[in-house]
Amino acid sequence: METFLLPRRSSRRSPSFTGCNMEKKTVLRKPKGFINVYKHKPGAEKDRTHYCPGCGHGILHKLIAEALEDFDLVEKTIIISPVGCSVFAYYYFHTGNLQVAHGRAPAVASAVSRANPDSVVISYQGDGDLAAIGGNNINQAANRGENMAVFFVNNAIYGMTGGQMAPTTLEGQKTTTTPYGRNVKTDGYPIQVCELINTFTAPVYIARTSLQDMVNIRKTRIAVRKAIMNAKDKKGFSLVEVLSMCPSGWKKDSLQSQQWIKERMVPRFPLGVLRDISEEAETIERPVPVMDPEEVKKIFGYGDFKASTIQKNTEANIKKISLRVSGFGGQGIMSTGIVLANVGMEYGYNVSWLPSYGPEMRGGTANCSVKIQEDTIGASEVTEPNMIIAMNQPSLEKFEKIMIPGGALMYNSTLIDIEPTRNDVDIYNVPITGMADELGDTRVQSMVSVGAFAAITGLFDPKEIVTLIPSLFAGKPDKVLKMNEEAVLKGYNYVTENFSV
Amino acid sequence: MSESRKYPFPVIDSDICKGCKLCIAACPKKVLVISEKLNSKGFHFSEYVGEGCIGCGNCFYTCPEPSAVTVYLKDYVPEEVS
Repeated sequence: METFLLPRRSSRRSPSFTGCNMEKKTVLRKPKGFINVYKHKPGAEKDRTHYCPGCGHGILHKLIAEALEDFDLVEKTIIISPVGCSVFAYYYFHTGNLQVAHGRAPAVASAVSRANPDSVVISYQGDGDLAAIGGNNINQAANRGENMAVFFVNNAIYGMTGGQMAPTTLEGQKTTTTPYGRNVKTDGYPIQVCELINTFTAPVYIARTSLQDMVNIRKTRIAVRKAIMNAKDKKGFSLVEVLSMCPSGWKKDSLQSQQWIKERMVPRFPLGVLRDISEEAETIERPVPVMDPEEVKKIFGYGDFKASTIQKNTEANIKKISLRVSGFGGQGIMSTGIVLANVGMEYGYNVSWLPSYGPEMRGGTANCSVKIQEDTIGASEVTEPNMIIAMNQPSLEKFEKIMIPGGALMYNSTLIDIEPTRNDVDIYNVPITGMADELGDTRVQSMVSVGAFAAITGLFDPKEIVTLIPSLFAGKPDKVLKMNEEAVLKGYNYVTENFSV
Repeated sequence: MSESRKYPFPVIDSDICKGCKLCIAACPKKVLVISEKLNSKGFHFSEYVGEGCIGCGNCFYTCPEPSAVTVYLKDYVPEEVS
């Protein structure tokens, strides 16, 4: 472990700190980074913080606010406050603020930083927030090298909730949840966050400082300024872990607390700069995401759809489709739904497609909801279908119960031996799998279903579907396109020949 | 601020001070003391004894309350009140 090396000679004297043109101060007063009167704070005491006497948060707040004032960044900064005592950081800082769910500050800070690349984004977190519930969030943000400064207040305890054990609680430390002291056999060891983050390649600055005495508070001040400068210069991810006192949680007074940091915490959490590559690091420039709809279509392989000039069939048997397609995973359930929704869209209808499936890619059960209608769609889940395509027996048994009377029930008679129990719906037993096998590939059964659907509802013209196939299956070989065209026509013809529709 | 006072010196807002004594421990010249009086919140606040301040700023940086301590340094020129 390195001892605390002050990062650069130039940054030893704060007035000439990198990129900063401060005049020499003649008065040390409440920094402009704080709101003058804490108007967001409820109650009468709008001139003071809610922190306990001797709390380390206030000291770190002051160092951050001072740096923001000195670097003229107050207007450009967004502070993400966590859950913990510093949940109310937005009462005090005169910056943009977001208060986020427990542990999620790095995730939200990532989004803020990406959306506003010129902002200085600060994630202010405690140990319960950063190391426990948000443990993965901080790892991922650090690994992505998000441009943000993370200030991690480590006081080895859950302060706000009443002094429970935190991930950073020391071995043997008594808390309300470890009344005999933290036992490493049952509770594990304190997590050393700086060392953990130091295993990632992306971070540019990682330091651990302490508030135990004036020397260390001034070192903390340097580290805070360094991290904020890195965020301003878009250098990437900086983490400053600050060993801070919690006199209330530790049941000590403020001076005993500082002593306790010195004697107990520092041996377990060695102080120092673990990494500082910010001068060598290049400014982050991220590629601009693709936002053009045509470009997005191309990326997802949708090809070029023609404009919706297709004539709608005003004489269709069913004009408003609430369809549930269901079967085994791998039977083309989802693709049936997607194709129908896409064709409906080409006709100029409002459509929705909502999949529902188990964790397995193949073999489990799957179903999807499809709506095709003239008016706008509210909920996209179909709970009362007027049409069912059941590809296997469990699906038939499950979904025929929820159909509305007068609907159309199509089932795959190749695989289903039983008869539907409903007698108030129109029943179409179509050997979907069998027909697909005749065509040479079971996978085209989804297009057989589409053809049969067109025949039953009268909503789509099979010839139009055939002309759409090249764009629906863009990039597929001609042989596959041909087979799918045949499948649509086969399904359509089967229904028109065997049923009166 | 009376101009006859000798710079540098700290000003402690006795009502905002929470009496944590961090500034007293941090002061290298030991010119801050805890008052026997109580403020409106019931804390014994810290006070400047009146002379001996060297303007190091320790009390300002160690104080957890943003507005409790103000330190007027040696080159401070009082703003004129119009």
